[in-house]
Amino acid sequence: MADPGTRVDVRSTDDPTASVVAIFGDVTGGSEPALMEAYSKAVDGRARTIVLDFAGLEYMNSGGIGLLVTMLVRSKRQGQRLLAVGLSDHYREIFSLIRLDEAIGIHEDANAALAAGRA
Amino acid sequence: MEPKDTGAWAHPVSSLATTAVGPDDAVTGRRVAGPVHGFGQMWQKTFRVPLDGGASPRDVIATWKERFPTCWPKSVKFYAPLAGIAPGEVALLEIALLPGAPVRLSTGVMVIYADDESFTFMTPEGHTLSAWITFSAFDESGVTLAQVQVLERPSDPLDDLAYNLGGSRMQTRFWEETLIALARHLGTSDPSVETTVVCVDRKRQWRYVRNLRHSATIHSMMRTATAPSRWVASRVRGGG
Repeated sequence: MADPGTRVDVRSTDDPTASVVAIFGDVTGGSEPALMEAYSKAVDGRARTIVLDFAGLEYMNSGGIGLLVTMLVRSKRQGQRLLAVGLSDHYREIFSLIRLDEAIGIHEDANAALAAGRA
Repeated sequence: MEPKDTGAWAHPVSSLATTAVGPDDAVTGRRVAGPVHGFGQMWQKTFRVPLDGGASPRDVIATWKERFPTCWPKSVKFYAPLAGIAPGEVALLEIALLPGAPVRLSTGVMVIYADDESFTFMTPEGHTLSAWITFSAFDESGVTLAQVQVLERPSDPLDDLAYNLGGSRMQTRFWEETLIALARHLGTSDPSVETTVVCVDRKRQWRYVRNLRHSATIHSMMRTATAPSRWVASRVRGGG
């Protein structure tokens, strides 16, 4: 069942090889349709770097984290790079708990992430 | 403002520790290792059972947490932590690798998330599967469903071989039997489990081939093989 609490906004950047996916509200197992549609839209062009912006995240359960892992696998398979920005201390802790910070680069803001993406 | 999920997540730890008491603690000092850090193909398995009896999703999860060890098939012993199924707690497991075989695999799970409608386990280094297992209950068109969803990779090449030689089928049957036991306990007379299996990633992660050094399978085999000599040594020491 789709989670009505998930809102996602896809933004292009000055760099044609990078897109930002801004996530608002809740991320749960029911966020799959919204997140995967946003991801497909983000990589539709030439984007090789996808920056997930979590600044608007209000709630995430373990089903939501599972979706992020699925997204990570998908991006690796397609030769894309997944980066994260806007994580509060609480969500940074969760990324560290499950060792997702070893697989997804975490940056302070989109500019820092885009610079890392170009590196 | 605090996020709504504060309190449901465990805090990060550099190494695991447990309050559970089991025959062999093969978990303390290890780190968690989810599906990102496994070797083999990544699979998502979803098991669902509709429940009769009118229990709400919250009732189902409360009962499941309380009676968790008794819902598991007899092939696995679950040694619960003192605080029960709560974020950050670590349980010990003893798994019969094959029916009747003397080798029992000692491992565990960490509760990484728990709220009123779901809870999630993550496996430690050395476990045969690098996995997350989420137990949840929800309402679908007026019917309460109990669900187990597993996201897993075999941890190392040895585990990968075992997984493909029947381990995966055994594990599927294990979760189906778990849900049937739960449903019966909650008053469902003829439970029927719906199983969905999806391969999320066909590629093996060769950079994790070194997970073999943590293998609980190898550790348990060595422990069983050396049991007689350890017994003799303890008798000699005891006899002065």
